[in-house]
Amino acid sequence: MMDRYTIPQKIGLYIAVAIFLTFILLPFFEMFMASLRPLEHLFRSPYQFWSEDFSFQAYSDMWETVPLLGRYIFNSIYIASMVTAITMAFVVPAAYAFARMDFPFKSATLGIFLAVNMFTGAVLLIPLYRVLRTLGLLNTYWAMIVPGVAFLIPTGIWLLRSYLEKIPRELEEAAYVDGASRLYTLRRVVLPLAVPGLIVVGVAVFIGAYAQQFLFAITFNQTRELQPLPAGLYEFIGYQSVTWNEMMAAALVGVLPVMVIFLFLQKYLVAGLTAGAVKE
Amino acid sequence: MAERTKRRKLPEAWFAWMLVAPAIIFIAVIVAWPLAETIRLSFMEADLGGEEFVGAANYADLLDSRKFHETVVRTFYWMFLSVGLKLILGLIGATLLNAAIPGRALFRVLVMPPWVIPIAIGCIGWLWLYNGYFGLLSGLGQRLGILDGPFEFLAYKQSAFYSAIVTDVWVGTPMVTLFLLAAMQGVSRDLYEAAWVDGAGRWYRFRRITIPQIMPVLVSMALLSAIWTFNSFEIIWILTEGGPRGATTTLIVDTYKTAISNYKFGEGAARAVIIVILLALFSLIYLFFLNKVNRKYGVK
Repeated sequence: MMDRYTIPQKIGLYIAVAIFLTFILLPFFEMFMASLRPLEHLFRSPYQFWSEDFSFQAYSDMWETVPLLGRYIFNSIYIASMVTAITMAFVVPAAYAFARMDFPFKSATLGIFLAVNMFTGAVLLIPLYRVLRTLGLLNTYWAMIVPGVAFLIPTGIWLLRSYLEKIPRELEEAAYVDGASRLYTLRRVVLPLAVPGLIVVGVAVFIGAYAQQFLFAITFNQTRELQPLPAGLYEFIGYQSVTWNEMMAAALVGVLPVMVIFLFLQKYLVAGLTAGAVKE
Repeated sequence: MAERTKRRKLPEAWFAWMLVAPAIIFIAVIVAWPLAETIRLSFMEADLGGEEFVGAANYADLLDSRKFHETVVRTFYWMFLSVGLKLILGLIGATLLNAAIPGRALFRVLVMPPWVIPIAIGCIGWLWLYNGYFGLLSGLGQRLGILDGPFEFLAYKQSAFYSAIVTDVWVGTPMVTLFLLAAMQGVSRDLYEAAWVDGAGRWYRFRRITIPQIMPVLVSMALLSAIWTFNSFEIIWILTEGGPRGATTTLIVDTYKTAISNYKFGEGAARAVIIVILLALFSLIYLFFLNKVNRKYGVK
């Protein structure tokens, strides 16, 4: 009853949603339209919304223009997956300690993790470059994975900690009473209960790692075969004759695999975010 | 008894530290050490040729530079405007997606792409949209008679700055929307029903129940967004590289240009240190006022 809308209200809501989504999806629409135009008509002025010669030609030509496209797509996903796996390995134990245990300098340590949120890689590029050079990691996948992990650990700890705090303590205490060790309890009691939270944090970290690989890639990696998608495509934009329609097609196809994976994961994400937001 | 708890505490502290230590060590090597190095470099005249100690000269130069003052002001303007828009749009979006209308599950999915895809890819789309000759915006403007001829959005100081803001808002809004939506769904229905029974209208319920209930999420989103927006680099770099004539040069872009493009490592490091100090100050002031406001309204 409370949620019922009158017809004009409903129309108003749909119009508002349509405007909002237009803003969100406009660049994708534009990229798609540009990808359909043959190159010689791409630059036709004045602007035309529709023309007779739209084709999907760019989607087959792009594999020749950007020979490493498949590789870029793989690299992007590979780097983001590695970052996620390693970040979670650091985050899970630390978040558990912050959520459940008492130890000296606890709040100071947590404060340090939060402070790391204030930097981005861009502030520390020069020294980071030297660190990675010292470790011999430049121009390898690790040059993009290691900094990614460092800047995502704080966010991960922060998100997972608040999630773990909501798991009732009684269950763990029951396990202790039965003589289970701390590590056993963490593995067999806490983690299974935390699976929805782990998925949310994992997906959030993956998104962070996937969406922000550009800077580290253009700075720390010169090996073309290892470039992630955004850095790989960006290289072409500087060229004299950019085949824009193929660029757009490549960009859209490039993000497709992750969008599809995400389509399956999104319901966990929204559900998990919701669960995380429920306090008390 | 006291002795027993103490004895039990010690191993717990050890165990806790063992759990936290890997993350700490990793951060120390990859973030803390470079940060210390940045601070050291900021007192040097450093380039590809070598390093020479110059004391606080780099900082003194920056404090004297009118151009740098303008950059600082521009960065804060950029941050406040962009974060404000993200929060307003996020709040509107979350409210819309929270409304009980058919299709909302689909709408929620459609909001996500800008957040999920690489920022640089989204920027390629915007680059094209802003193009005066082939872009949709200029084309539409001409068709509707708003523009006399092709308009290059990124070629003029003012329009480039606000275009970059729009793109930054576009990248940031979905995440704010989804977090606020999650917070809204966490609000107990009982509250709304009680108010509804008492005859409270939608707008009243939104103002008096939704907003106060999601306040904690709203304020933490505001701070996080502010920090990210302040440091937002890729968007500006891909759209304008800080131009035209410095119109979109924020502190982070200035730092990158100085250190990476011009190889002035010392001067770049001084800028980086100033960024960290400004952000720390901003966060402290924000948290200070937040505490005050919370206490005033009796929020814990």
